[in-house]
Amino acid sequence: MTDILARLEGVSRTYQKGKERVEVLHNLDLQIPQGDFIAIMGPSGSGKTTLLNLIGGLDRPTAGTINVGGAELTSMSNSKVSHWRSTHIGFIFQFYNLLPVLTAQKNVELPLLLTSFNAKERAERAAIALDIVGLADRARHYPRELSGGEEQRVAIARAIVSDPSLLLCDEPTGDLDRETADEILRLMQILNREHGKTIIMVTHDAQAAEFANRTLHCDKGTLEAREAA
Amino acid sequence: MKYFGLVWRNAWRKKIRTSLTILSVFVAFLLFALLSAFGHAFKYGVEAADAERLIIIDKISLINLLPIAYQNRIKATEGVHSVTHSTWFGGYYQEPRNQFPQFPVDPHEYFAMYPEFKMPEEQFEAWVKNRTGAVVGRELADSFGWEVGDRIPIQATIWTKADGGRTWEFDIEGIFASDDPRGSSALFLFQYDYFDEARAFGQGLVGWYILRVERGADPVQVQNAIDTQFENSRNQTETSTEAAFAQSFAKQFGNIALIVTLILGAVFFTLLLVSGNTMSQSVRERISELAVLKTLGFGDRTVLGIVLSESILIMLIGGLLGIGVGWFVTRGIAVAAGAFLPGVYFSPTAILASIALMVGAGVAAGIFPALQAMRLSIIDALARA
Ligand SMILES: Nc1ncnc2c1ncn2[C@@H]1O[C@H](COP(=O)(O)OP(=O)(O)O)[C@@H](O)[C@H]1O
Ligand SMILES: [Mg+2]
Repeated sequence: MTDILARLEGVSRTYQKGKERVEVLHNLDLQIPQGDFIAIMGPSGSGKTTLLNLIGGLDRPTAGTINVGGAELTSMSNSKVSHWRSTHIGFIFQFYNLLPVLTAQKNVELPLLLTSFNAKERAERAAIALDIVGLADRARHYPRELSGGEEQRVAIARAIVSDPSLLLCDEPTGDLDRETADEILRLMQILNREHGKTIIMVTHDAQAAEFANRTLHCDKGTLEAREAA
Repeated sequence: MKYFGLVWRNAWRKKIRTSLTILSVFVAFLLFALLSAFGHAFKYGVEAADAERLIIIDKISLINLLPIAYQNRIKATEGVHSVTHSTWFGGYYQEPRNQFPQFPVDPHEYFAMYPEFKMPEEQFEAWVKNRTGAVVGRELADSFGWEVGDRIPIQATIWTKADGGRTWEFDIEGIFASDDPRGSSALFLFQYDYFDEARAFGQGLVGWYILRVERGADPVQVQNAIDTQFENSRNQTETSTEAAFAQSFAKQFGNIALIVTLILGAVFFTLLLVSGNTMSQSVRERISELAVLKTLGFGDRTVLGIVLSESILIMLIGGLLGIGVGWFVTRGIAVAAGAFLPGVYFSPTAILASIALMVGAGVAAGIFPALQAMRLSIIDALARA
């Protein structure tokens, strides 16, 4: 039996929209094994982003418990969760979300500012991360000087630089052409297989989902995530 | 300060906007430095004053002269230790803009009254022996490059000579210095006896008296005793402490100082609006970036600190440039006009105060945007992006 990295039990999340209560996730149970690469598919508004936010500790469930890597997120204070996230979770977004005022190198170093590494160690680690994503030669470039695919690689380097066990990717290829998307997905496969990262990837794209080990479908938002047939 | 790079890069996100903000900070603090230096000059006479010295002037006006005969009567008043006199000569050296205080005095009495003025014994003796001799303060000698032995012509604006001439020539016999760092030594002193003999009019009249109260005597009682004594004389007197005298002199500038303070207040108020606006725009523009920082695990307080540091950094850049330039300018003024307006000085205390003001203004301008950044909800901010 493989270890379970993330365990969600009875998780619900409702939002108040004006007078209306919208239950985005309802009584969800989910287990993510260590070392897995999972794709989550589903229509817009079905709660995929909400799910990632909950697992990453950006959001809190209305009911239920979430345990990631032994940390009981639902009982931790905000600042504890924040600190925990810096060392355990890597986030990758659809629009890369790099800081435009910083070079690729400095963007990748950002998460390390929260560690006790000194400037030299931070620079070394960022250089390794950039090397892993194949952008060692772009370290001094600013985001505006990079292509979309390159920006996403920098974002991936930033996500892995503090060596988290879990990568949460919200439509990471949603803004890229097929070819570039496939390169990014292959890179994620390498991170999963060779670097042992557990990956949860939300995607709209069935072809992208095929890079994962398995696909979960998020239906109608209010229901549950079920195994694909 | 490992966040400095991030703060620095963020501060320069919009170069023109940041430059303009820094420029306005610069102007405000330059103004602050100048005003503080001039304020120092106004307060300076008051600080340098000696509480045991009283000044006696004509009750009607500072300009009216008092009879020299008063000196013995003042001397005889109970509680008076010693008394001397001085008169405003009001001349200039070479050009009208070279004005500085020149006083005809009694050398022994005057130097006994002002023990803080120090000069070599032999120079003092030489002065006493030379009727047309003069002694000058170190500050004054330095600003005109005078040395002992020089013959200095002073152009009279009030006191014509009995022979009709307006040029008074004096031999510099000595240079004195004040060992009280607050006091000015930018004075030109010459012998009253010579002055009284050579002037065309006003014989037997002096500008004001300076007296020292006996140790243990109450200055207020002495003050009243003197003024009562001359109540029925032709010239009534008004006696005040040297500090009060300096204050009433400084009061002429007081209203200007108030106006200037109000202007400065308005400038700083505007400054806070300008830089506060810069900061809140800057935060608004990067809501999603701040959310990303938080996603990466930056705590709420760290984010608050980063935004606040940026605001303080902008203030410090502009402010330090401002007081730096201000320091050079006030030094220039002090050298050029020191004799005329002594005490122009941007003091270390004022420098520290202005740095504290920079940090304070940085916090004031940045606190609301910083709190906004701190309270930012990650999911809302990312959803909006
Ligand atoms: N902060 C929020 N406040 C109110 N409603 C929200 C909020 N976040 C998400 N929702 C709603 O929850 C539903 C699911 O959103 P989301 O998880 O972003 O879906 P997906 O990522 O699958 O497109 C949507 O109807 C959305 O409008
Ligand atoms: Mg989504």
